[in-house]
Amino acid sequence: MGYSALKIFKEGLFGQKGWKPVWRNPEPKAEYDVIIIGGGGHGLSTAYYLAKEHGITNVAVLEKGYLGGGNVGRNTTIVRANYALPGNSEFYSHSLKLWEGMEQDLNYNTMMSQRGVINLFHSDGQRDAFARRGNAMINQGDDAILLDRDGVRDLVPLIDFDNVRFPIYGGLYHPRGGTARHDAVAWGYARGADQRGVDLIQNCEVTGIDIEGGVVKGVQTSRGAIRAKKVAIVVAGRSSQVAEMAGMRLPIESHILQAFVTEGIKPILDQVISFGMGHFYISQSDKGGLVFGGDLDFYASYAARGNLPMMEHVMEAGMTLMPSIAKARVLRSWGGIMDMSSDGSPIIDKTETEGLYLNCGWCYGGFKAVPGSGFSYAHLIAKDMHHEPASQFRLDRFRTGRGLMDEEGTGSQHNLH
Amino acid sequence: MRLPCPLCGDRDRREFYYQGHAVALDRPARDAGDGAWDDYLHNRDNIAGEVRDLWHHEAGCGAWIEVTRNTVTHVVSGARLVRGTAK
Ligand SMILES: Cc1cc2nc3c(=O)[nH]c(=O)nc-3n(C[C@H](O)[C@H](O)[C@H](O)COP(=O)(O)OP(=O)(O)OC[C@H]3O[C@@H](n4cnc5c(N)ncnc54)[C@H](O)[C@@H]3O)c2cc1C
Ligand SMILES: [Zn+2]
Repeated sequence: MGYSALKIFKEGLFGQKGWKPVWRNPEPKAEYDVIIIGGGGHGLSTAYYLAKEHGITNVAVLEKGYLGGGNVGRNTTIVRANYALPGNSEFYSHSLKLWEGMEQDLNYNTMMSQRGVINLFHSDGQRDAFARRGNAMINQGDDAILLDRDGVRDLVPLIDFDNVRFPIYGGLYHPRGGTARHDAVAWGYARGADQRGVDLIQNCEVTGIDIEGGVVKGVQTSRGAIRAKKVAIVVAGRSSQVAEMAGMRLPIESHILQAFVTEGIKPILDQVISFGMGHFYISQSDKGGLVFGGDLDFYASYAARGNLPMMEHVMEAGMTLMPSIAKARVLRSWGGIMDMSSDGSPIIDKTETEGLYLNCGWCYGGFKAVPGSGFSYAHLIAKDMHHEPASQFRLDRFRTGRGLMDEEGTGSQHNLH
Repeated sequence: MRLPCPLCGDRDRREFYYQGHAVALDRPARDAGDGAWDDYLHNRDNIAGEVRDLWHHEAGCGAWIEVTRNTVTHVVSGARLVRGTAK
């Protein structure tokens, strides 16, 4: 069933009775060509592109909970391509282009809103660093504008420009960045994959990976054994547990990241603003809620809820940047389990087991990667060759030290990202 | 979350700097090979359950402590002093 203005109009006339479930709820088959473990954004987009780009449709996505119940439905929905490091830069640039064509491609409203992302700076040194980043973005073919103080003020009048500790000197503006409706992205890819024959199997936890003579044979699940020629791991915060089923130890620590949303208020903020010095970022959803967050809680954790110290810190940083939001009431806060890699960059690679693939390490930035990661992972699974924009995301970089991708320049160490 | 510093007693999490898994105490020999160094620097068991990790009582007595903690429930079940650990 395709969506169109005409269809909506007709359903309006006949009591909305013609809508049908958007995907099937199939029983698992005995065998698939490809099994994808994890029905988050990345797993669903991988399934979609396997079917669409490579004609591989005998595919199952196995999800232990419900589709979109993981980080893909918990993030603050920022989409951007403002990376400077070779390897990251071309990957996120490719991903942003896929975002721009996503709604037409999926025939699904993902509420992609290119409202622009502004990273604020507060000193001459920081301005230089952002000018350099902006140039790297432009070299990659993406857009970046270095705004001075008045330039920021024109766009974002309601922040405190004269904070004594962090006065606003300007901002790096990335107009093509923005936000999207996170659940809709998961649903859109799920529907597109289902329409092409992919089985989306929910409430199906993978509990073991079957390997014989170094070759993957299938998986054990809470709904029985399922054979497969290829198995692709893409389970975000649970990467270490699933990889362990194949005898692997990963360069990953799982950490909580929290986020917050206020009650809906009138529009006061058109862009996404990041206040790096305070570890704070904010945008306003289409419903009017202020959506904001900060840094990790900064200790390894699998509890999908945060602790008070980081909450306080985020609120303080928000008040420092935007005293005008003081009276907005916080409606909800939540946390997600992030797969933090030790250099802060992701992994999309084969493993030592033939037919077993790995996709993880997205840290706190994997939402914007949903289309790009699925596209590149599908390419790797289908062709056993790396897709060019993702070809630097190798697992062996940690062992060899060659090609470590420390975008933030803080050092490739777990507690620094 | 409060951590039981063996010198100061129960203290607020805000007083501590988090280093990470206590694997940091087992620095391999220089010639141990890249596998051993990979395991030391990057690879982690990353257990969903009880772990031992290193915290620095930065805003307190300055001791490094090894804390036994559950990563699912956040229950802290013990801590001991460690010595000879560089940050
Ligand atoms: C608070 C917060 C804010 C964020 N903000 C942003 C942002 O603004 N921009 C951005 O780009 N990124 C952001 N992120 C990061 C982004 O959400 C993640 O990097 C990304 O969603 C991870 O990929 P995923 O969607 O595939 O993960 P998930 O949705 O977590 O999918 C993994 C799935 O695997 C399933 N699974 C796990 N184990 C098994 C098993 N054994 N068997 C079967 N299934 C299993 C899980 O149930 C889950 O559904 C944020 C994250 C959080 C938590
Ligand atoms: Zn102490």
